[in-house]
Amino acid sequence: MTAVVGTRRRANLATVARRYFPAALIFVAGIALWEAAVIGFHIERFLLPQPSRIARVFVEEFGVVVSAGWLTMRKAMTGFAIGATAGMTMALLTSRWPLIRDGVMPFAIAVNSTPIIALAPIMNNWFPITTIWPGAMVVALVVFFPVMINMVRGLSEVPPGSLELLQSYGAQPREILRKVRIPHSLPYLFSAFKVGTTLSIIAAVVSEYFGGSRENLGVYISQQAALFHFAEAWAAILVASFSGIVFYLVVVLVERAVMPWHASIRNVQGT
Amino acid sequence: MTTTTTAAVSLRGLDKVFNEGAPDRVEALRGIDLTIPPGEFVSLLGPSGCGKSTLLRIIGDLVEPSAGTVAVNGKPAAQARRDRDYGIVFQQATLYEWRTVLKNVELPLEIMGRSKDEREERARAMLDLVQLGDFATRFPYQLSGGMQQRVAIARALSFRPSILLMDEPFGALDEMTRERMQAEVLRIWSQTGTTVIFVTHSIPEAAFLSSRVVVMSPRPGRIAGIVEIDLPQPRDDETREHPRFYQKLTEVRETLRAVEKA
Repeated sequence: MTAVVGTRRRANLATVARRYFPAALIFVAGIALWEAAVIGFHIERFLLPQPSRIARVFVEEFGVVVSAGWLTMRKAMTGFAIGATAGMTMALLTSRWPLIRDGVMPFAIAVNSTPIIALAPIMNNWFPITTIWPGAMVVALVVFFPVMINMVRGLSEVPPGSLELLQSYGAQPREILRKVRIPHSLPYLFSAFKVGTTLSIIAAVVSEYFGGSRENLGVYISQQAALFHFAEAWAAILVASFSGIVFYLVVVLVERAVMPWHASIRNVQGT
Repeated sequence: MTTTTTAAVSLRGLDKVFNEGAPDRVEALRGIDLTIPPGEFVSLLGPSGCGKSTLLRIIGDLVEPSAGTVAVNGKPAAQARRDRDYGIVFQQATLYEWRTVLKNVELPLEIMGRSKDEREERARAMLDLVQLGDFATRFPYQLSGGMQQRVAIARALSFRPSILLMDEPFGALDEMTRERMQAEVLRIWSQTGTTVIFVTHSIPEAAFLSSRVVVMSPRPGRIAGIVEIDLPQPRDDETREHPRFYQKLTEVRETLRAVEKA
């Protein structure tokens, strides 16, 4: 009999340092190499600015890029909330009627593999271009499909034994949904959410390349690039990346709080 | 009410055919007649494909028979299921990984609408019965396979079903754990008086646990013979070394072999 596993241990500073040391090293080395390459090979500033220059511009332009980033982030988060809510609602509705689910799923999977981002100019036409809505709607669509598809899978791919047990207790379909199908779908749902955070930032920024108000990241990046202000463009890209990472981490934190029992999380706790 | 005891399970002329009319038609069971009195420990023993699990599922109303009648406590199986007469334990513990051990044991009681206090009291008593009282707040992944299976047994017994259906419950456990679990299940059986129907393909397991071993033969699944195991109760590790135990093993083995020759 294997003994009890998974007792939570507080990681001490040395373990933390040991775990993150390789990544930190690679990061510093990468930046240094970049800096050295730009200087050593006399790479033109408009092709690839030095990291130190990007950092300087980032500080100088901090107010502008951060407020642009916040607008884009709001677009991404609003769209994410709409898309995720709609996706979950749709999944719950179709799980009740397998016939509808089987009819809808092939199309959902097909649409999910199309470049939804290409709809951005159309959304710009449908919704007031100076608001966050055209971008948020693109984001919502991009998030909707993976959320719906994953949740439908999570709701339906319950091990047969789990269902038979509940039947033997005389459970109603509604109770089976609430007590087994929905909790079972949570890991599927959160993996869709995590993909969704990344997709939503991409969709928000790219949809802004097709126009919109001036204070957002996409417009800022494309305009600065057009003016050969590449360090400014890179500074904005930095903000976009940072937003994406923060968004992702927020979802990971929620995930840990919601399902501490799941394998993906308890493995992180171990060692 | 009659004065004679109603059988816990009574099967008459039971047939089961899967995929009737299709090329992959399988005759799983043919002409099963079996009566199990209340409080008995019966094993269904046979090689893979003899329909023993299907038979258990028919008794538990998880599979419909193609022909014949099933009476459980004098009622149709579907009614018995609605009356929550069955506790079921599968080969896989089938614990709900998002629920703590305690909440897993409480689940049937939750479905049955019992109060929170009653649920918790019952569940704790059941965990004590399977000697896992200290593990109530753990999650299933924190338990070994044998412990998980004990939780599954506690859960199956939580609502005091009159019949416990066990489908190769110890099949996935190592031999040492398995013997310990067998002793445990006998102790629980003697303490609760539950009728147990136990599917296995292990001859010593069937002989050690049961008051009767129903030996089944494959293709189609039939009852080849019933071996009475009249070893004294309570049984323990000494029972396994008793000469009568070996006689019984031989008897079961010969019944199985007679099937193969036929």
